Amino acid sequence: MIDRRSLLARSALLSGALFAPRLAWAAAPTERRLVFVIQRGAADGLATLAPTGDPAYAGLRGELADIGGGIKLNGMFTLHPALAQLAARYQAGEALFVHATASPYRDRSHFDGQNVLETGGKLPYDRDDGWMNRLIGLLPGGDAKALALSPAIPTALRGAASVSSYAPTNLPDASAEYLQRIGRLYAGDAQLHALWSEAVQTRAMAAGLAEDGGRGAAAAGKLAASLMTGPEGARLVMVESNGWDTHAGQRGRLSNQLGGLDAMLAALREGLGTAWADTLVIVATEFGRTAAVNGTGGTDHGTGGLAFMLGGTVKGGRVLADWPGLGQSALYEGRDLRPTTPLDAVLAGALAGHFGLDPVRAASTLFPGGNSKPLEGLIRT
Amino acid sequence: MRESSVALNRFGLGGRRAEAPPTDPKRWLLGQFEQFDPRPAAITALPGSSTLVTMFREARDNQREAKREAEAAESKPDIAPELRPYRALRDAYGQAAAVRTNLALTTPAPFVERLVHFWANHFAVSIDKLVTLGLAGAFEFEAIRPNVLGKFGDLLLAVERHPAMLLYLDQAQSVGPESMLGQIAARRGNARGLNENLAREILELHTLGVRSGYSQQDVTELARALTGWSVGGLAQQPLLRGPGPGYWFAAPIHQPGDRTVLGKRYGQSGEAQGEAILRDLAVHPATARHIATKLARHFGGDEPPPALIARLEQAFLSSGGDLSTVYRALIAAPEAWTGPPKFRTPWDWTLAALRAVGTENLTALMNANAFNQLGRPIWRPGSPAGWDDTAPSWAGPDALYRRVEVAERIASRAGPIDARTLAEQLFPGTLSEPTRKALAGAESPTQALALLLAAPEMMRR
Repeated sequence: MIDRRSLLARSALLSGALFAPRLAWAAAPTERRLVFVIQRGAADGLATLAPTGDPAYAGLRGELADIGGGIKLNGMFTLHPALAQLAARYQAGEALFVHATASPYRDRSHFDGQNVLETGGKLPYDRDDGWMNRLIGLLPGGDAKALALSPAIPTALRGAASVSSYAPTNLPDASAEYLQRIGRLYAGDAQLHALWSEAVQTRAMAAGLAEDGGRGAAAAGKLAASLMTGPEGARLVMVESNGWDTHAGQRGRLSNQLGGLDAMLAALREGLGTAWADTLVIVATEFGRTAAVNGTGGTDHGTGGLAFMLGGTVKGGRVLADWPGLGQSALYEGRDLRPTTPLDAVLAGALAGHFGLDPVRAASTLFPGGNSKPLEGLIRT
Repeated sequence: MRESSVALNRFGLGGRRAEAPPTDPKRWLLGQFEQFDPRPAAITALPGSSTLVTMFREARDNQREAKREAEAAESKPDIAPELRPYRALRDAYGQAAAVRTNLALTTPAPFVERLVHFWANHFAVSIDKLVTLGLAGAFEFEAIRPNVLGKFGDLLLAVERHPAMLLYLDQAQSVGPESMLGQIAARRGNARGLNENLAREILELHTLGVRSGYSQQDVTELARALTGWSVGGLAQQPLLRGPGPGYWFAAPIHQPGDRTVLGKRYGQSGEAQGEAILRDLAVHPATARHIATKLARHFGGDEPPPALIARLEQAFLSSGGDLSTVYRALIAAPEAWTGPPKFRTPWDWTLAALRAVGTENLTALMNANAFNQLGRPIWRPGSPAGWDDTAPSWAGPDALYRRVEVAERIASRAGPIDARTLAEQLFPGTLSEPTRKALAGAESPTQALALLLAAPEMMRR
């Protein structure tokens, strides 16, 4: 049994903590494990994995173009220097990047974009349940219990399959749940909904993986790993990260964020030990950011972005990108990286491969909003 | 039912847990004119303005003394030692501010209390001037409250004669150049002169309103007429010390001669001259328009309906600025009952939340914390224009977030309350279905109460 008092988590909304791990799992008769890391706030894929080989890149990115110490993955792409441990996974053939990808969502609202990413729907709020919850039903046994570490269960985990929650006892448990209820209560009130969305985003901006020089992030990775080991360990875990909305001063902030993410992923791998061989970690964000730097040393909400996966089952050491180019005419709506690979096809293909599911059934169940053929060959067989 | 909710929330300060909603909303509002107590015991227990003027003088003298000593000692003073003498005034401010809040939490006349707050903001003094710190409460208690139901002219005169206003807008130091003391000073080579600050704000903010047709010449003439309206008990010079602490007409600094304001000649001498001008300003059509517009904005929506402005303006003009007549016209006006809701200011929201859970007695510290955190420190609007009265100033993302957090804190301390019943009582006939559902689906009574305090209904009045 998990001792709930041993779970350490802080609510980002309450304590101002930057990194709020929210974990849930389902005990399932499978050794395969999934960790879904959501980057809330639209992480900048063009800075995380920079297309330094694209002739338009340096001109568009201006002051952000020079990522000194970046790790060249191939002739086109350079990984951000804060992701050194991730780069090592890439070299070991365990990390796979998918660039110029996006969910079916095409506007630029964080909340709506996250909703589509988490529900797997076509439009914001056209589904109430999340794809991780539906995934539970596809796994052997289908009766897996899921569990969220924080008081509030993220949308990706909401749904018919039972998901209970553990909350650390030193937190006022109700609060995160209360704040979520406030969000729903304001949903029908245009003025309050807009204000509330903005406020929550701003709070999240002040939060992120960078807290405590990444120590909080590493602790979260360790904690997630500890919850996934042992006979009753979780098989499905969701980790939330905030603070990716880098409209200004992106260079330093993103570097800290990525450093935290790198530490978290490394701690997760270390904590999982041999179970890493059965683990798939997916990192994704609601959309990308503008191709060009803005006037305040940051980037604004965009479209196409980056997703990546790592773990023992990943057929990695590759960057998948049907690269659209960054020339002015190639940009989506003249400003964003054009999405060329449907994110739902990537996720469906990876999940199907990892859990041994029928790809078509996985795609139609998990991502009914997408209309694409699941990508195959992402997972070692 | 709906009218009951409007009376409680828009006209009043929000429903109280212990009180049933009014069955006859209009009569309930009118009846408050009789029930309002301008000078309840909580106020008489506080130091009045003459005591506070003396406290200020002592603090100022101590400060000068401390400064001299520090300079003599040639030692580095610690942080602002000269501010320490003002601690007593800071305490007096905190106590007066708590009395203001507690009166609003328990009053049988919440509509009239709201009007007190309205007028205190119309004639704003701000405690970011040290000289106003102690006096701001006394200003509201002595100048506003006794006149809130009377004639606008009496209110105006009480306000402009109050030491808080005279000191806040520098009138107390304004010297007529040809006055006795002005001439003496000029001969000695340290010319003292007019300060137009109060005169300008009287025309721009208190009476006619900005861009209503007065000229710089009118400002200067009013400033001359008002020379001598001063505060005794503060000055070093014996001639200016006056008979004691408080309002004092200082004849030695009054500018002699006739004055012309808005084309009318004022031949009175001394204090009567300024008084005559203010009496005329108080019933001027531009003043009626200005006041009617501000009241209409406060009760009829951020974009005040022209019909409502016209009704209030007419009531003001026909009654010679009788405020009770204006309020009666307001209560009778359909626009005030049907207009779009106002976004509650932090002051309004906090009072409504505390009244809802039945809080009756905030300490000075709790009171200060509550309003400082929410961005509306009491008597500190920062300018003589007062706080803005429209939603854009208050409906900010962070402001809303803080309210939501405070709502949870208030709810957690409120004890057992059934939010579902309370909601129907606070918003009779106007409670929305989403709020009702949210309260019914809450996971605990405390969470339900917090949701109620932060509900859309609660954010507006």
